[in-house]
Amino acid sequence: MAQAYFHSVTLDKDRCKGCTNCIKHCPTEAIRVRGGKAVIIAERCIDCGECLRVCPYHAKKAVTDKFESIHDYKFKIALPAPSLYGQFGPKYTRPQIVNALRKIGFDYVFEVARAAEIVTNATLEYMNNDKVKRPVISSACPAVVRLIQVSFPSLIENLLKIESPMEVAATLSRQEVNKKYGIPAEDIGVFFISPCAAKVTSVKAPYEDKVSKVDRVLSFKDIYIPLLEVMKKDNDKQEPFSLSSAIGVAWAGTGGESEALNKGRRIAVHGIKNVNDILEQAAQDKLDDIDFIEALACPEGCLGGPLAVENPFIAKVNLKNEIENIRKSRAHSVHKIDNVERLVWKSTVEYRPIMKLDDDMMKALEKMQKIDELTEGLPGLDCGACGAPSCRALAEDIVLGSAKETDCIFKLRKKVTDIAYQLYEIEDINLSGNEKYQNFTLPNRKTEE
Amino acid sequence: MKKAVIVRDYTIPANDFTIAGEASSNVRKILTQLGVSPNVVKRASIAMYEAEINAVIHGKGGNAHVEIDENKIYIVISDEGPGIADLELAMQEGYSTAPDSIREMGFGAGMGLSNMKKHADILDIDTEVNRGTTVHITVYFNSDKKI
Ligand SMILES: Nc1ncnc2c1ncn2[C@@H]1O[C@H](COP(=O)(O)OP(=O)(O)OP(=O)(O)O)[C@@H](O)[C@H]1O
Ligand code: SF4
Ligand SMILES: [Mg+2]
Repeated sequence: MAQAYFHSVTLDKDRCKGCTNCIKHCPTEAIRVRGGKAVIIAERCIDCGECLRVCPYHAKKAVTDKFESIHDYKFKIALPAPSLYGQFGPKYTRPQIVNALRKIGFDYVFEVARAAEIVTNATLEYMNNDKVKRPVISSACPAVVRLIQVSFPSLIENLLKIESPMEVAATLSRQEVNKKYGIPAEDIGVFFISPCAAKVTSVKAPYEDKVSKVDRVLSFKDIYIPLLEVMKKDNDKQEPFSLSSAIGVAWAGTGGESEALNKGRRIAVHGIKNVNDILEQAAQDKLDDIDFIEALACPEGCLGGPLAVENPFIAKVNLKNEIENIRKSRAHSVHKIDNVERLVWKSTVEYRPIMKLDDDMMKALEKMQKIDELTEGLPGLDCGACGAPSCRALAEDIVLGSAKETDCIFKLRKKVTDIAYQLYEIEDINLSGNEKYQNFTLPNRKTEE
Repeated sequence: MKKAVIVRDYTIPANDFTIAGEASSNVRKILTQLGVSPNVVKRASIAMYEAEINAVIHGKGGNAHVEIDENKIYIVISDEGPGIADLELAMQEGYSTAPDSIREMGFGAGMGLSNMKKHADILDIDTEVNRGTTVHITVYFNSDKKI
């Protein structure tokens, strides 16, 4: 299943105007504008979805599976991400949403929130071990894990090596269904209902040799209207069995995962730039008095996921509302799990040195030197007109062979002026003597330097 | 052909904690691009950060000079601050003259110099009272010093 560099985040060429919004916001400098269109450098992309958010023309899209693909399986399990409950206003509560999932075609619903509670328990256990490197950094957000893999290799050892709630939900729901109904594994299809592009990638192209237990990923955007229609028609408020408590539901927003731990010094950071800043500090050992870092790539966490329908701040109120309802009506029955070891990663993720200039140190040094020289000669405006996010990034591209100096409009202008002068000198054209060129003056060469 | 050496110079402002650390974070990126191993990158950038922050807090600001060749990174952090009267004492873990206001910001545990020593392959400190302090840090790329 894993393909080299599969990415959910892709470009819609027809919509792209070749502006510079996305190249400037990409945290790994993975986008260039070439030939008037954005190009995503696959090995650098971490699927954070930042470009989807900033593109004014909606030219970036996240590829997900089609809703119709549920018919590929005899028995269909839905795994709704807890952020789904934030997509609907106070009229529609969680039991209704879960019931509606069944009515639009799923045979079974297993809340990812339930798995999140199990992950919380596993995390507490994991952190009981003093030997575990602090601060422990959550691995729930795949975009953050990939950012660490490419930019902060020294923090790989800090990653929480516990399966994500999505994966835990996939495993447990399969077992539950098999036990309850005796359905054979090959008949079961597990569908993650997702606000997240990065999760699509982590299902289709998991880290290293990992294999995802999820079969398909459906976008909130594709499922929102069908759910709403069902809920409008028949308002089934009857509470389904084994819903999660408030703890798991709170994972949808920022602070949910870290607060659930309920002990130690914990940071909850969200938004890819903020995450980058915190990881920067952690990489310099400045956060060794922190026990746990919850880091989510999207603003307001998964509620702000690129496939979410509702504005993240409104979704936050909706979720808060739901959490209060749960607290009023349900006890804190966190699902216990016996052998936590089962949830621990079998293998770790690896450093992906994509920023490296060359495998050979000497050559890398020479390239860096060349980049320094070129950068020196560029105007330093970081205007983006060349298609690279900064003058230095252009210099890197030139040295790595994917761009040329005259991609810089200032360099181009100077070159054109130089050529004009050369022609002038070769031809010895006397412009002022020619009536046709009376109003023509060559640009002053000195000031153009 | 001349040996390739990458050189960087940074100004370290006095008493500005927000900018302090920018130089070491920049150096971290350069080393990563050069393909230096994560462990070495981490050690060099932590040692440099500690020296940088000392120049900010104790040394009234100063300069950072960095040279990188194929074998090592050599970092010089210099200031013209008060200097260190008793270097041996200052090197001891827990010794600090940082005022309370600095401690409140989470600095002043007296761990910086010993941390530098721990992470650097070579640490040289020239200091003279009322003249200033210069810290020389060398980290070799093939060194297997673990932290
Ligand atoms: N550049 C400097 N100029 C003057 N004094 C210095 C300088 N660097 C260190 N010192 C002196 O040495 C002491 C110990 O330095 P060290 O870096 O080990 O600890 P600290 O800076 O006080 O605290 P920490 O580094 O843990 O935040 C300082 O408190 C200060 O008195
Ligand atoms: S914050 Fe949530 S929605 Fe956004 S990338 Fe991370 S896991 Fe996906
Ligand atoms: Mg110090």
